[in-house]
Amino acid sequence: MSDTNSNPAAVSISHISVPPISLRRRLMDHAMTGVAALTVIAVLVPLFAIFAYLVYKGIGSINLAFLTQTPKPVGEAGGGMANAIAGSMVILAIASLLGVPLGIGAGIFLSEYGRNRYGDIVRFISDVLNGVPSIVIGIVAYGLVVLPQKHFSALAGGVALAIMMIPTIARTTEQMLLLVPQAIREAAYGLGVSRWRTTLSITLRTATSGVITGVMLAFARVAGETAPLLFTAFGNQYWNWKTDQPTAALSLQIFTYAISPFDEWHRQAWAGALVLIVLIVAAVAAVRIAVKHGTLAGA
Amino acid sequence: MGVGITVEHLNAFYGKTQALFDVNVTVLANHATALIGPSGCGKTTFIRCLNRLHETIPEARVEGTVRIGDLSVYNGTSATQLRRRVGMVFQKPNPFPTMSIYDNVAAGLKLNGFSNRKQLDEVVEKSLNNAALWDEVKDSLHKQSGAGLSGGQQQRLCIARALAVQPEVLLMDEPCSALDPISTGKIEELIFQLKEQYTIVIVTHNMQQAARVAEFTGFFLLGKMIEFGKTEKIFTNPSDKRTEDYVTGRFG
Repeated sequence: MSDTNSNPAAVSISHISVPPISLRRRLMDHAMTGVAALTVIAVLVPLFAIFAYLVYKGIGSINLAFLTQTPKPVGEAGGGMANAIAGSMVILAIASLLGVPLGIGAGIFLSEYGRNRYGDIVRFISDVLNGVPSIVIGIVAYGLVVLPQKHFSALAGGVALAIMMIPTIARTTEQMLLLVPQAIREAAYGLGVSRWRTTLSITLRTATSGVITGVMLAFARVAGETAPLLFTAFGNQYWNWKTDQPTAALSLQIFTYAISPFDEWHRQAWAGALVLIVLIVAAVAAVRIAVKHGTLAGA
Repeated sequence: MGVGITVEHLNAFYGKTQALFDVNVTVLANHATALIGPSGCGKTTFIRCLNRLHETIPEARVEGTVRIGDLSVYNGTSATQLRRRVGMVFQKPNPFPTMSIYDNVAAGLKLNGFSNRKQLDEVVEKSLNNAALWDEVKDSLHKQSGAGLSGGQQQRLCIARALAVQPEVLLMDEPCSALDPISTGKIEELIFQLKEQYTIVIVTHNMQQAARVAEFTGFFLLGKMIEFGKTEKIFTNPSDKRTEDYVTGRFG
């Protein structure tokens, strides 16, 4: 609060006299600040509660074996989720490789070339796709990849997650590109830079940090998805590095263990959930740091 | 070296609205030509027709002929080819915010596929020198973003960026309108030196500025070029009553 606000006495600036700020306005000011603070707490409490509970339940089961071994058969103690951690990384890599370029490409189209009816259609379809239940997208990937290949695979899982990433990335990329002032594009045109080159090297580059936020949102969202992987990646009890074979994923492993009747598996499911969250946070933080590192002073 | 500009029967439109009506003018090489007139009279539209930026606006179109040196602007020349020979400085400084000072100046060459590091270094230094900015930024060329400079420095950076592609014509759209008198003075001095090598067309709202930097002045009103001639004549003895009213401050 500034000095003039907290001073109830009348302030006189040359010939203008400002009346004191009424009690009602000051009370309202405090009340609104309080409400704003409460909403922040309301958002943060669930986040920290989930994380704290995951740490409480999961940390005890995380050990070297958990991070380096494959699951043990029912009844045997020990074992881990190393293959699921690796599998998740492979599937997410495939999803990002497919989804990020397509999503950004669609966003570029919508912002730079889609200010018309055709763009409106793409925008509508993209919003609908964003609302399609993830299990349905799993079925689509099953039909597109699993049926022709005749077996479950990391590729199928990656395709399912990529389809989920595309609309989020496309719409955020579009919004971020629209925020780039037209004057910046014109500066490039004025130098004789072609339109496509301007879009890639100037407009997209100016919007980089916002576009990356969109990519990370999409990535974090699909990283924990289970339903689209049920009949695409399918899961695997053993190591597998072939992208055309059934592949374990952390979310699938957590799901399988959580609905099992064994206490040992329940504990491992908690540990798996903790590892999943930590990996997502680490991936997002790593990208943020990398981007920040490349930013210039004053930009 | 600069080249001359010939404009014949130029009409410009935004959708159904006509912004320029039958403009005819010849701009001499290696001179500064000022365009004056009240807001919305078509000065900016006119210079944006010279480097074909006008057509980048949806539904905007142009009729008539423009020749810049030996180039026929609207007949057989690609817009990108043309713009490499016709540089532009905008009303608001618009450096590329994610690029360093060096990259801002080198952008025009780099993005057109030029990558000889040594020659780029030379061009960047020469352009910044020509824009009277080198001494102020030479120690932070790669460290600082172009957007981190002051307003006046940013505008000189934009001039350096335009000079780096070695154009023949330099279009300036109210380059000093966002600057303080000291920065304005620096840029006017610059225009004086630059017209030895470039043909300069400058839009300005400041009539003293037109009188200071330009040998020729054109007066626009409601999309028409009312009068064009030697700056002295326009300001001291205009032929048209409307020009006289404007330069003496009776309207506009």
